[in-house]
Amino acid sequence: MTTETAIAETPRIKRDGFFGQAANYLDERTSISGVVKEFGRKIFPDHWSFLLGEVALYSFIVILLTGTFLTFFFQASMAEVVYNGAWVPLKGIQMSAALDSTLHISFDIRGGLLMRQIHHWAALLFVASIGLHMLRIFFTGAFRKPRELNWVIGFTLFVLAMAEGFTGYSLPDDLLSGNGLRIISGMIEGIPLVGTWINFLLFGGAYPGTAIVGRLYTLHILLLPAFVLAFIALHLVFVVVHKHTQFAGAGRTQQNVVGYPILPVYAGKAGGFFFIVFGVIVLMASLFTINPVWEYGPYDPSPISAGTQPDWYIGFADGMLRLMPPHLETYWFHRTWSWFIIIPLVILVVFIVLVAIYPFIEAWVTGDKREHHILDRPRNAATRTAIGAAGVTFYAAMWAAASGDLIATHFKFSIEGVTHTIQTALIVGPIIAYFVTKRVCIALQKKDRAIALHGYESGRIVRLPGGEFIEVHQPVDEYQRWELVSNEGYAPLVVRPDSRGRITAGTRFRAAMSRWFFEDRLAPLTQTEIEAAQHHGHGDAPAVEGGSH
Amino acid sequence: MAKLNQPTTSGRSTSRKRKTGRRSPLATFALIAIGLGLTGGVYAAANATPSASADTASSTQQQVSDGEHLFQANCASCHGMNAVGTAAAPSLIGVGAAAVDFQVGTGRMPMAMDGPQAEEKTPQFTDAQTKELAAYVASLAPGPAIPDAQYLTGNTDAAAGAQLFRINCAMCHNVAGAGGALTEGKFAPPLKGVTPAHIYEAMLTGPQNMPVFNDRNITPEQKSDIISYLTYLEKNPSPGGFALGDLGPVAEGLFLWIFGLGSIVGLAVWITAKSN
Ligand code: HEC
Ligand code: HEC
Ligand code: HEM
Repeated sequence: MTTETAIAETPRIKRDGFFGQAANYLDERTSISGVVKEFGRKIFPDHWSFLLGEVALYSFIVILLTGTFLTFFFQASMAEVVYNGAWVPLKGIQMSAALDSTLHISFDIRGGLLMRQIHHWAALLFVASIGLHMLRIFFTGAFRKPRELNWVIGFTLFVLAMAEGFTGYSLPDDLLSGNGLRIISGMIEGIPLVGTWINFLLFGGAYPGTAIVGRLYTLHILLLPAFVLAFIALHLVFVVVHKHTQFAGAGRTQQNVVGYPILPVYAGKAGGFFFIVFGVIVLMASLFTINPVWEYGPYDPSPISAGTQPDWYIGFADGMLRLMPPHLETYWFHRTWSWFIIIPLVILVVFIVLVAIYPFIEAWVTGDKREHHILDRPRNAATRTAIGAAGVTFYAAMWAAASGDLIATHFKFSIEGVTHTIQTALIVGPIIAYFVTKRVCIALQKKDRAIALHGYESGRIVRLPGGEFIEVHQPVDEYQRWELVSNEGYAPLVVRPDSRGRITAGTRFRAAMSRWFFEDRLAPLTQTEIEAAQHHGHGDAPAVEGGSH
Repeated sequence: MAKLNQPTTSGRSTSRKRKTGRRSPLATFALIAIGLGLTGGVYAAANATPSASADTASSTQQQVSDGEHLFQANCASCHGMNAVGTAAAPSLIGVGAAAVDFQVGTGRMPMAMDGPQAEEKTPQFTDAQTKELAAYVASLAPGPAIPDAQYLTGNTDAAAGAQLFRINCAMCHNVAGAGGALTEGKFAPPLKGVTPAHIYEAMLTGPQNMPVFNDRNITPEQKSDIISYLTYLEKNPSPGGFALGDLGPVAEGLFLWIFGLGSIVGLAVWITAKSN
């Protein structure tokens, strides 16, 4: 609609029609067309995994909408009331106003239960899609320069989302979430020296007090959403500034992006996709119960339910606690040191920090300062992929441990057996995953190379005039070969003396890490190698493939 | 009751409106069928027990001697000739009719194989035979009797029952009665589908790793309230839709990852493939 010289040519724009006029009115006063044009021309490449971030965005929108609905009826108060609503097994029972209002939303507000269930299912989807999105970024190396900061921003969003979820499901003040809060409170108390005081600060006195729900509410609907929104905005600005990455392919270079412009194609698709995501969430929410607080009943510190688990995204932390051997406790300097809490806390923090700063670690090890806009196929970065697989295994072990009791009852194992198995898996699993993944990646690289050079095995056996039997290889076409061979060359850092002519221990360590990172890597094919192979290929089966080029 | 049904429909009506065209006829039919089936089942169960315990109340000498024969044939190998116990199984002197009715009625006895705990099976004996066995064991020494029908109606104070359940039972059986793990492969079973009489007897006799809740601990009226609560849960399917086994966040998380995210990834693949 608008062109480079939008202002000068305004009179030529069709003035008939309400929208035309309205658009014009706006543009003349805001010059917004410049922004629309700039943004609208952004190119978005097509690959399903590039939509995962959008799934997260859309579920967040759904969460905002339904959450706002819930705020109209939810009362974040721990004042004791007597329930007198529609759910018979709680009639006449004392509970906090928070649970009372949640039950009210569920049973007496029209559409209230559906809203609660949409809000909660969307929350699960929100965190899950962020997780999967992050894995995509990791395994394709999309976090490399210039996108390292955006990785950190995205990871912060993941942590914020977990915090949103935890504060959210603790709001109704039911038995299940109360059990979860008690665990958190216990963990905080386990921090040496300051734990007890932090716990007092958080709960406004001894646990559980009467303040926590109100405080969580402020976090849940004000502070955390504000942070999430700000980080999402920042995240998206960075995506626009950096342009989108793309997989290698014919015509795709480090300098361009091949795909559809945001306006009109991509926006149309994305709009449609929003409704698909929304639809799936509503479908789940209308058919499947989530968080039936009416079954859990009011929180009271004495009853604990068997099978108490947090929502899935907190599971890894719960699992780490469950994996600790009991009785690890010492009494030093007139204080109890609860190692079974301190150790898991340290492990969790180290794990989270390592993931958050991984781009910087890898850049330091590889010494790579180039910009990367073409994604790696996971197999072509064997060491990174192997590290990722090890990390995923570690996380999965912690996660599985959180449901150890259910695994035991459902598969008829003893709970001790399950715990010991997962303890072993936590340590051995990542190591095995690392080596297996690395070998598999390298094998796949070799297979790609063979295909690029010699083509596919066609299964056709041909007898040459000389009596020799050969299998005909079907050569790959140019486009495919491009995808197969266009991985960039890397070389390990070598030890070099610094400006003062010294070789420090740090340099040596870095070089050693770098060698380890690149060990077993296949050097990229050179153009001559490819051409030589092509000629060789022709010689292989002259009679059959002769005319194909 | 009527009041309760209201929220159920209102909570769902929004969603039903959305999809009326696609699912209503069959789904409504299925729901009615399930509802009828459940109510019918519970009604039958509730009806069966009173008549059964009426029998025991007037247990005859005939029953005791028939029970003795059954016992010698099926139970004595483990429990000893006069139920005095062996190295393989405890003495049954004084366990009462309630314990036998529970153990045999739920199929736990005769025990099938050595495991962490005697598990439920399809009962091997008819109801009459079970009562004969119970009468025999009760005749050896006084013990807890099969509960009175007045406590098994399932329509006393469910809210009080729920409260008692959360305090006394949830730590093993889970707050929604979905069951839970104990140590060394033992477990507290899910409580769906257990008859009121068996619930009562379980509390009264404390099978295996379950503690005994005697009448001073939880009065018969309170036991009856607990039964009413469990009956209520069973009769009223979750207002929120399918309950995913009442397993809470683990089931929800698995469902989300496999079906929720799974279908969204599938749709994303489809939407991006479409354009090419
Ligand atoms: C294979 C051996 C075996 C057979 C056969 C067997 N039982 Fe048992 N029974 C056991 C064992 C072992 C226990 C103890 C279980 C436990 O508490 O862990 C037990 C426990 C019981 C109890 C519970 C005792 C209590 O303290 O509450 C009752 C009642 C009982 N059996 C009745 C019977 C009856 C009736 C039969 C015959 C129909 C029978 N058993 C057959 C092995 C057996
Ligand atoms: C210490 C844990 C524990 C507590 C507390 C407990 N139970 Fe149990 N319960 C068990 C175990 C273990 C079994 C399985 C016994 C067996 O298989 O013989 C069981 C079995 C049962 C059964 C039989 C289930 C079936 O499928 O046949 C019922 C009913 C029952 N419990 C009800 C209750 C009620 C009601 C309470 C609270 C008043 C309660 N239990 C408290 C551990 C417990
Ligand atoms: C990333 C963002 C968010 C996540 C992950 C999230 C998650 C959750 C969860 C899991 C619950 C428990 C629901 C239940 O089952 O009862 C909840 C409750 C609630 N949320 Fe959120 N939420 C988010 C944002 C918001 C926002 C922005 C608002 C308000 C504008 C909001 C308002 C509420 C309210 C009022 C409740 C309590 C009502 C109830 O429990 O029924 N949430 N949230």
